[in-house]
Amino acid sequence: MKKKQVMILEDLLGSNKKIAGDIRKKLTEKGILAINLLSSPGAGKTSLLEKLVEILRPDYKMAVIEGDIETERDAERIRAKGIQAWQISTGGACHLDAKMIGKLFSEIPPDLDFLFIENVGNLVCPASFDLGESIRCVLLSIPEGDDKPKKYPKAFMTSDAFIISKTDLLNKLPFHIERATQEGLDVNPKIKVFKTSAVDGTGVNEFAHYLIEELKKLRCSNA
Amino acid sequence: MHELSLIANLFEIMEQKAKEKNAKKITYVKLKVGALSGAVPDLLETAFDIYKKDTIASDAKLEIETVPLKLKCKECDAVMEKDDLVLNCEKCGSTNLETLAGTDLYLEKMELEVD
Repeated sequence: MKKKQVMILEDLLGSNKKIAGDIRKKLTEKGILAINLLSSPGAGKTSLLEKLVEILRPDYKMAVIEGDIETERDAERIRAKGIQAWQISTGGACHLDAKMIGKLFSEIPPDLDFLFIENVGNLVCPASFDLGESIRCVLLSIPEGDDKPKKYPKAFMTSDAFIISKTDLLNKLPFHIERATQEGLDVNPKIKVFKTSAVDGTGVNEFAHYLIEELKKLRCSNA
Repeated sequence: MHELSLIANLFEIMEQKAKEKNAKKITYVKLKVGALSGAVPDLLETAFDIYKKDTIASDAKLEIETVPLKLKCKECDAVMEKDDLVLNCEKCGSTNLETLAGTDLYLEKMELEVD
C-alpha cells in the first residue's frame, strides 16, 4: 500500500453554483426576475411581500416560494392575497439551496414577471447558497439593532439591496438609521438601501419601482 | 449551521475522486476556507468528524487553512488584504474592487492510499 497526494481544487459549493447558474439562465430567458429575500426570523419578509404584491398585482404577474423549517403559514398568507405560492419546508435545514428550487421549476408558470423566494429566516447560512436569483435582498428590522451589517457581513456583501424594515418603530427604539446604512455601504459599497414599513407602507413603492426597473433591465439584456 | 451540508458536499467530491484514483483509503484532507466564505473552521471540523465514520475517510486527518479576504482595486490596481470590513481601496478610496480570494471554500488536496 503506498500513499500519494493528489491536488483537487474543487469548490465545495460547486454543485450548488452549477444548478443555480442553470436556474438563473432559464429564468432570465423567460424574462422572469427572481428575487431572493434574506433576513433573520421576524424581520418582516412576508409582511413586505404582502404589501409588495398589492402594489405590483395590477400590472404584473408574480409567484412566491416560501422557505421555512416547518409549517405552511407563510405560503397561506401569500395565497390569501390571491398569489400562487409554494411552501418548501426544509424539516430542519437552515437555508434553501438551488436543488430545492430546481425541484419546483417545472411548476413555475413561464409567463411570470417576478418570482419571489423568501429564504428560511437566518442571517448567516442562506448567504452562502446561490438560488439562481437575479436580485438578492437582505432585510434588517429596527428591533434587531443598527450594528448588524458588520456582524453578519456575508449576507450584506452578497446582496444587491438592503432593506431597513419596520421604520414605524424608529421613534420607539434607539436605532440609528445612518449607522446601519453606513455599515451596509462599508461592507458593500454598491448596495442599494431602502427604508420600509409594512405597517404604514413607507418605502414599499420605492422598492417596487426598483424591482420594476430591474425587470426592464433584465428584459432589455435579453432583447 | 450549514457546515454539515458543506461537509456532505465535500464527501461527495472526495469519494468520487478517490474512486477515480482507485484509492483504498483517504488519509488526509486539506481545505482552504475563505475568511468570508460563510463557514466556520471549528464547525467544519466537528461536521467532518461526525461525517467521516464508516466512510473511506474514517481515519483521515483534516487540515484547514484560512484564506484572508484579498481584493484588487480596479482603478489603481492596488492589491490588499482586508479584515476591517470597510471595502474600499486603501490607496485611492475607490469602491470598484474585485475579489481575488477569501470568499470561497475549496478542497485543495487529499492523500490517498493506493495499491
